[in-house]
Amino acid sequence: MTVASGAVELHHIVKQFSADGPIVLDDVSLSVTPGEFVSLVGASGCGKSTLLNILAGLESATSGTVELAGPPTLMFQEAALMPWLTAGKNIELALELRGIPRKERKDKAQELLDLVHLERSYDQRPHELSGGMRQRVAIARALAQGRSVLLMDEPFAALDAITRDFLHEELTRIWEETGITIIFVTHNVREAVRLSERVLLMSSRPGRFIKEWNIGSNEPWRTDSTYSSYVSELASEITDNLRKEIVRHAS
Amino acid sequence: MPAETVNPGVSDGNDLDLKRLESGLDALETPTQHKFSVKKYLFSLLSPLIAIGAVIAIWQVIIWLQWQPDYIIPSPSQVWAALGQQAENQILWQSTFNSIRRAAQGFLIALVIATPIGVALGLNKTLRSIFGPLLTGLQQLPSVAWVPAAIIWFGLSDATIYTVVLLGAVPSIAIGLMNGIDQIPSIILRAGQVLGAKGFTRVRAIVLPAAWPGYLAGLEQGWAFSWRSLMAAELIAVSPALGPGLGQMLDNGRSLGDMALVLGSIFMILFVGVLIERLIFAPLRRRTLMSRGLLR
Repeated sequence: MTVASGAVELHHIVKQFSADGPIVLDDVSLSVTPGEFVSLVGASGCGKSTLLNILAGLESATSGTVELAGPPTLMFQEAALMPWLTAGKNIELALELRGIPRKERKDKAQELLDLVHLERSYDQRPHELSGGMRQRVAIARALAQGRSVLLMDEPFAALDAITRDFLHEELTRIWEETGITIIFVTHNVREAVRLSERVLLMSSRPGRFIKEWNIGSNEPWRTDSTYSSYVSELASEITDNLRKEIVRHAS
Repeated sequence: MPAETVNPGVSDGNDLDLKRLESGLDALETPTQHKFSVKKYLFSLLSPLIAIGAVIAIWQVIIWLQWQPDYIIPSPSQVWAALGQQAENQILWQSTFNSIRRAAQGFLIALVIATPIGVALGLNKTLRSIFGPLLTGLQQLPSVAWVPAAIIWFGLSDATIYTVVLLGAVPSIAIGLMNGIDQIPSIILRAGQVLGAKGFTRVRAIVLPAAWPGYLAGLEQGWAFSWRSLMAAELIAVSPALGPGLGQMLDNGRSLGDMALVLGSIFMILFVGVLIERLIFAPLRRRTLMSRGLLR
């Protein structure tokens, strides 16, 4: 691979599920630098989940190239934890499949649980955890894979507003602490603006990038009192663009 | 691992606040736990005794009514005495032990044969469309139908008995596992794929544990089929070379016209079946459901 660890390069990706089917992704190109936090927003049917699946290697593109330094990891809307394993053992499974020796796994799993503020949940089973806690275990499990790119497919969409709010702070903190590259797919514009350094808007049928906003991530700026009004303004600007795109399909 | 950089922008104070808020939220949102109750467990273990007691009581009433002579319907005490007599000359224990050993061995061999079949047919749609109907057909066929064929092939030997037991148990276990695999949520399989589980590792670490509830149901049915098939085989394939068994004991009672021994043997067969279910399968099923949050 030619790209640096953590970088993602997409060149002219086209996706059609069948030869005479509709074009889902049409000439999509994207360049992400190591450690960047990029969000993809778009209405239903814009192919954003398909794009993540192609990046994750779960689906192949009809044409175009994907460049990654190594396989990325992927998080879903559901935590998708293994229900027969405790939180700690779920993380250990990821470590095992990565080839970490048995005796190191428990300590590493505990470290990762500490990172997502679930130090006491090692022995709890998925059904004993709340939705937000499960999603944090899923983050820890994704980090356990030791990949440099984390793909997130609407990971907080199924959570209530209070929990989602905490997870936004949590994800920002983890991203800063680990330096991992994150590509985040959502239909929640505010969420995208709040979390990422760059927001890309996708059109629907076919999916294309139609507009891009750079936000920057300087931490002092994010705690600035003008920041929240900036987020609101930018979010409504992006929402306006998104609405125009949706209206285009009305006729 | 990603590089461990600490961002100076986040002060420790902020992080601590977030942590405390979060642990408060976690405590509020965590579902309340249900404690295991010894009393409930003992009740579930012993409650079948109520039904047994009722059956014996009704039976005793019928005896008191003197509706039929005792060579047609012997009394509970006569059946008990017949079993006692068999116990005295050790036949009862040898027969029971032998039958359980045969059924258990047959069941374990069936488990080893059926598991790869179930996995292959559960994961591969082509194999399944070819062999699935055959397996279902075998499961429908009463395995006692194989007894005459097995006697012609293997004579009155252990091989005959195991053939019949295997033909009874293998299809049930394989079909149970196949159904278990069908019921795995696709998100679990995708998560396994993202985690990089492939080939045998995928089967061991993802597919088998995820399919376990259905697999267990198949094992339970497989055991029931093993036990039934064994009794049918023992009843038909009677030979001193095979040694004692509960089926033989039953056949012995029939040829002697000893109704008390016949009923006693039937009760022993029933008792062993219930005992294995209560002592092995019921706790396994309970543990499986509890650990996955499927039982309240």
